[in-house]
Amino acid sequence: MTSTQSHKSHLWHQLAQASWPWRVTWIYLTLFLFLPIAALMLKAVTLDPQQIWQIATDPVALSTYNITFVTALVAGIVNGFAGLAIAWVLVRYEFPAKRLLDAAIDLPFALPTAVAGLTLSTIYSTNGWIGGWLEPFGIRVSFTRLGVLVAMIFISLPFVVRTVQPVLQDLEVEIEEAAWSMGASRWQTFWRVILPPLMPAILTGVAMGFSRAVGEYGSVVIIAGNIPFQDLIAPVLVIQRLEQFDYAGATVIGTVMLLISLAVLLVINLIQTRGRRIYG
Amino acid sequence: MANSSLNRPIAAAQPTKPAATPGFQWGKWLLVGFVFAYLALILLVPALNVFAQALKGGLPAMVDTFSSRTFINAVKLTVIATAITVPLNTVFGLCAAIAIANKTFPGRSLLISIIDLPFSISPVVAGLMLVLLFGSRGWFGPLLDETGIKVIFALPGIVMATIFVTMPFIAREVLPALEEMGTEQEEAAATLGATPWQTFWRVTLPSIRWSLLYGLILCNARAMGEFGAVAVVSGNIAGKTQTLPLFIEEAHIQYDTQSAYTAALLLACLAVVTLVLKYVLERSAGIQHRGH
Repeated sequence: MTSTQSHKSHLWHQLAQASWPWRVTWIYLTLFLFLPIAALMLKAVTLDPQQIWQIATDPVALSTYNITFVTALVAGIVNGFAGLAIAWVLVRYEFPAKRLLDAAIDLPFALPTAVAGLTLSTIYSTNGWIGGWLEPFGIRVSFTRLGVLVAMIFISLPFVVRTVQPVLQDLEVEIEEAAWSMGASRWQTFWRVILPPLMPAILTGVAMGFSRAVGEYGSVVIIAGNIPFQDLIAPVLVIQRLEQFDYAGATVIGTVMLLISLAVLLVINLIQTRGRRIYG
Repeated sequence: MANSSLNRPIAAAQPTKPAATPGFQWGKWLLVGFVFAYLALILLVPALNVFAQALKGGLPAMVDTFSSRTFINAVKLTVIATAITVPLNTVFGLCAAIAIANKTFPGRSLLISIIDLPFSISPVVAGLMLVLLFGSRGWFGPLLDETGIKVIFALPGIVMATIFVTMPFIAREVLPALEEMGTEQEEAAATLGATPWQTFWRVTLPSIRWSLLYGLILCNARAMGEFGAVAVVSGNIAGKTQTLPLFIEEAHIQYDTQSAYTAALLLACLAVVTLVLKYVLERSAGIQHRGH
């Protein structure tokens, strides 16, 4: 208790004799971050709890949580495996066009999501370059939940690669050689020696990718059919509710999403602190 | 270091290692092949498709789009919104980084997390927050009605939405650069009689310039391409509050594929320039890329 109090008084002390950078920082954060968050929170609090529960657990809302969070999780996990493979190839191997590939990994950060959604929906449509090829197998991507998954995989692709790459770079080859020379098989070396120190980075990347995929709107809204119970995601539902002037509905679903984002952020921080404690 | 150089010849002399190499090569190319296939399906083919589709209609079709009023207005609005957002976020990013770097105070890591918060919040939820603040039924709705200022469905709303989603970019690039630089040079400048302002321009800014530029590039790319947050607050009125990403979606819905892809080409070129600059900065200035 005393520690939090001294904590507070110290912060106030800091603010009272604040320098210009301090003042600008806090004013800016207050105006453009705290005020909007407060608006959402206070709007949610003024609603009747029963009404909140009703909106939050409405069948359409529940189906959007399922589609949003489960699909985002699958996208995160797919990229967990693929990202590890990509990082491994980029760090350990030499091959043609390696630098180009390395630079291209960041494309989802640089390419506006509307463009991503547009081109993905064309390519994966039934007469597109890839979609036309999947059609004979009865696999349809554009305007289905699979399309949501493809868009989410696209936008969450760089995270695991970029979190694992530096860790893999710093991993000492000597330890692997030691494991080898002591008679460990290649798989044993991978599972027991290489993977454990990479795990915090992989999990952090998966969680960051998941978090990004959950909030994604632009690419998903274009590739999906946005049909309830099929491929309607929570952010699109928020916009639909706003368009119907259903502020309460939009607020409740928005708040559910905000709280889940904050929970994921907490998990990422925990993984990182734990990883640091174990692996220095 | 000495230890490892002693170990190496011994390890190389062991017969097991060369024997394991050929099999390992096989695994290598399998993995490289998988990575290329995966990236082709998810990244490369979609990226090439933007160029192929845009150029398919030929130059006249592209000129048609480029000269249409709604397109020109969308470009203008995107440029204006970015031109307001990026400088504001630069001032904030520099201030926040200077306020935090090389200082210890309670709640420091919490403050860094708070600055990073917009990256964790869905852009759509960010837009919703602004509607709840400035919309006609929002907190400041009545006040804005009286004064006749429009925020939602107008430029201020678009700017604020863009500021929200791009807020962390510059601070998170400049902060590590300042930490690495330390305080000695600034202190030396101060002792020699430089004002804080002079110290900033002559000492601090030159040593963080590449990190700042890196943050600026990322912030600019995101600001120009932001969709979700802007979609909520803009109202998407063609020719008035329609930004380039919204123009793309609208054209796509109207089955005007040529216009959609012509606009997409413009933004894809921006993405390519961003990636090239980013790559050059990472190579030459040794900046490490982080997420986002």
